[in-house]
Amino acid sequence: MTTLAKRGLAITAVGLLALAAVYVLALAYTPIERAQGLPQKIFYIHVPAAWCALLSFSLVGIASILYLWLRDPRLDLFAESAANVGLAFSLVMLTTGPLWGKPVWGTWWTWDARLTFTLFLFFLFVGYRALRSAVQDPGERARFSAVLGIFGLLLVPFVHLTVYLFRTLHPQPIVLKPSAPSLPGEMLRALLASLGAYTILMAGLLMTRYALARDEREERDAG
Amino acid sequence: MADLFRAALAIAIKDIRVEGRSRTALISAVTFAALVLVIFNFARDPGALPKSALAPSVLWITFTFAAVIALNRSFALEKENAALDGLLLAPVSRSAVFLGKYLANLAFVFVVLAVTLPLFVLFFDVGFEGGLPGILAAAVLATLGFVAVGTVFAAITVRTRFADLMLPLLLFPFLMPPVTWAVQITTRLLSGRPVGEILGWLRLLALYDVVFVTLSLLLFPLLMDE
Repeated sequence: MTTLAKRGLAITAVGLLALAAVYVLALAYTPIERAQGLPQKIFYIHVPAAWCALLSFSLVGIASILYLWLRDPRLDLFAESAANVGLAFSLVMLTTGPLWGKPVWGTWWTWDARLTFTLFLFFLFVGYRALRSAVQDPGERARFSAVLGIFGLLLVPFVHLTVYLFRTLHPQPIVLKPSAPSLPGEMLRALLASLGAYTILMAGLLMTRYALARDEREERDAG
Repeated sequence: MADLFRAALAIAIKDIRVEGRSRTALISAVTFAALVLVIFNFARDPGALPKSALAPSVLWITFTFAAVIALNRSFALEKENAALDGLLLAPVSRSAVFLGKYLANLAFVFVVLAVTLPLFVLFFDVGFEGGLPGILAAAVLATLGFVAVGTVFAAITVRTRFADLMLPLLLFPFLMPPVTWAVQITTRLLSGRPVGEILGWLRLLALYDVVFVTLSLLLFPLLMDE
């Protein structure tokens, strides 16, 4: 195993430990929300997972643009790894969302703007992966998936616009918005800690995934 | 510039002539559209849901799904006898190849539309009143955008395993915005709302066209280099 893979695994381990600490913080040291009760705790998993899914999606798009420009195969591997990691985080987002929605909204799924939007991100990830597995020549695979990645990146604002023109049920932004965060201090602390833990975890997974894919490719080229 | 369009037109005419001889793809797409309309009619409980409630969605789903069948053929033929290599060896730019394929695909998809729309009126007993120009404008604007994306994706998927399955998988997410807007336009026009209400949606469709036709022109040449 190369140094990069080891480093990736180390960061993943740190991320997992941080995540465990976040769970303790969120469950034991953060007050229970008055209106939603315990299901609100899902929020500390759901929001960071969504953040990581969106971040990976942007990374796929950016790596795709850079690949078509610089033609460095490492960028293609990076895009592939980011898509895999993003797919995992969107699955976390799409499973924790309904688990929260059922007790709080009274329904597993609703065609709300943000739900629909993230579902489309998920479909794009799935399509991207399916395309990669269906092309055999590495050069073609890299070019084709980079083109798809860029198309996907430009589709995102249109999907966003479309779903927002319909009514939204989803809670409005509470941290990244023009006015000050509207979350009690302790809950905000748990959320920010969780965002940090998830981002570390994502970086670790991404590094490991990338290093493994690179080693695999080198081995194949050598053999 | 004139050379580019002349070459593009030549490629489009070649495609239309080849299709004109066998008509396989076009007949399949048109028959598919008719079948979907019939199935939609039987999939609806007549007592529970009036035809008019479902009509705009039926029109757009039938039309776009049939269009995907027509798009699948655009590069499938070029694969036989390595015709694509011949096309790429021709002394024309890659952009001309894209434009030629795009124009031919537009022609096929408009034929699909020209068949779907009357069948839709016939089967679903819809009166367009004064809404027809608006619906046609929506159809043209939606088609210009998604056929550009479809042309690029068809060039990609033809070189994958399971090409016929891969194209819808990649293209359907890109159909979602234009189909949603077109359904909004159709619903409003069929219920006799004024044209002013649909202008915003038409503008969105035009924006989608500008973005994705430009992107397709820019990126298609990169798919073809060896």
